[in-house]
Amino acid sequence: MSILDLNEISKNFGAIQALNNVSMTIGRGEVVGLMGDNGAGKSTLMRIIAGNFAPTHGTIAIDGRPTVFHRPVEARKAGVEIVYQDLALCDNLTAAANVFLGRELRIGFGPFHILDYGAMYRRAGDLFRELKSETRPRDLVGRMSGGQRQAIAIARTRLSDAKIVLMDEPTAAISVRQVAEVLGLVRELRERGLAVVLVSHRMPDVFSVADRIVVLRRGRKVADKPIADSSPEEVTGLITGAIERV
Amino acid sequence: MATLLEEGIDQRSHGTLAWLASRQTFWVFVAAVIAIVLLSVGTDTFATQKNLFNVTRNFAFVGIIALGMTAVIITGGIDLSVGSIVCLVGMVLGVVMNTGFSIWAGLGAAFLTATAAGAVNGALIAYVGMPPFVVTLGMLAIARSLAMVASNNRMVYNFGPDQIKLLGLGGGSVFGVANPVIALVLLALLTGYLLRWTQWGRHVFAIGGNEQAATLAGIHVRRIKVGVYIFSAITAGISAVLEVGWLGAVTTNLGQSMELAVIAAAVIGGANLSGGIGTAFGAVIGAALIEVIRNSLLLLGVDAFWQGTFVGSFIVLAVMFDKLKVALAK
Repeated sequence: MSILDLNEISKNFGAIQALNNVSMTIGRGEVVGLMGDNGAGKSTLMRIIAGNFAPTHGTIAIDGRPTVFHRPVEARKAGVEIVYQDLALCDNLTAAANVFLGRELRIGFGPFHILDYGAMYRRAGDLFRELKSETRPRDLVGRMSGGQRQAIAIARTRLSDAKIVLMDEPTAAISVRQVAEVLGLVRELRERGLAVVLVSHRMPDVFSVADRIVVLRRGRKVADKPIADSSPEEVTGLITGAIERV
Repeated sequence: MATLLEEGIDQRSHGTLAWLASRQTFWVFVAAVIAIVLLSVGTDTFATQKNLFNVTRNFAFVGIIALGMTAVIITGGIDLSVGSIVCLVGMVLGVVMNTGFSIWAGLGAAFLTATAAGAVNGALIAYVGMPPFVVTLGMLAIARSLAMVASNNRMVYNFGPDQIKLLGLGGGSVFGVANPVIALVLLALLTGYLLRWTQWGRHVFAIGGNEQAATLAGIHVRRIKVGVYIFSAITAGISAVLEVGWLGAVTTNLGQSMELAVIAAAVIGGANLSGGIGTAFGAVIGAALIEVIRNSLLLLGVDAFWQGTFVGSFIVLAVMFDKLKVALAK
């Protein structure tokens, strides 16, 4: 049973056709590597799934139910979590505050609620420990390394009962040890039955963790096959256009 | 020795002393305390009940608005129109009561005027997307001009049947503490609570830190921005009502250039103009320090014209503290 169905998704920004009739299904417990050159449409497709904007044509269905997202919060409620390429963190807040951004834990009754700092610090601490990250919940994000910041962005996706996790270049700016941990996390998400879409430029990372590869070129899908049936050379050819389609 | 100092300041352990020492607000507070102690010991006029009463009341008018300004600055904005809003609200209050209406009508009109001005600022900034500097600069001019129109450019000193109530509100005191000071303390507690303990406050800081991240997280950025500009205008309105009650008259230059003192107070108190940082306590301390400087210069017999030099230097010094700390750590 597929958890995400994209049907003939097209998106244009004025005269620019960013996506052209892209269709794709993803099942539970499946990791899909989404690759393509700059400007191929990967980020646009991710943002459509994450609810930043609606497609110009085409439909999305989550768990078989057609949905239209007007705002990212709606996608989140439908079970879609995303780790943005720039992580979308506030440097002036603590790690815990960033994890709970927009969904702060509160205690109180009726109209009187205050922030539950203790619960947020504890839960964030638990999430960082699960991710084997040294990030400390009370520290300010502005002073953190790339790996620690990445852990916060990923920890966010664990807050709700996500069905689909989108990751836009999650291993681009982190250390080798952290890359192994992020990929380990992706495998763990798969074990739990989540679907993961991994946008990445790094061939070794995609080939080490993905079940299927989808390649976009100039807004169109040019490949959609199990990764075992492909190779880095073939994918490179598809990205650059040396190979038309498969 | 330098390494130990850096480590002491930069230490990421949650030791309170280390954390305090790295905060601009803390050092400004220390400076204010030192100044007060020196003045109390060095002159025989500072620590008198009368002088302290005057000092605290004077800085209350600026401090109240500095609370609203701090919230605006935290979101990364600025509100240049507060001085003019003080004048406009004062005039509306004066004209309504002069016409014979009760103090409640006057206060109601004042509140509505302040809210309207803040809402216009906020809507243009948040929904139309214009820069806060430009919008509030325009409001600065418009509000003052509307105040002139409302009063026909005349002073108002007759507040109708409820005049005594108004004078009592602004000029009165409770247990020897001036009413404006009480208002400042209450508002400071409220603002501090809102900023630190509510979801709204957390979102205000998030908007100042990374507005795009806040939007992606589902925060109602535009609504909150309108809210802080309304909050700023209302604090200006509260200060206006109290100041008019104290002065007993509304002059056409009420609140003139007050925005500069208010912004100075907020910045000295630790609010960072690039957004994301600020506290209610800082706003009060910043306003207090400025007033203590002014008062001390007066008591020491220094020519009043030197005040600007001292206050201006303190603004630069207080903000430079942050830069010095970073430079020392390298």
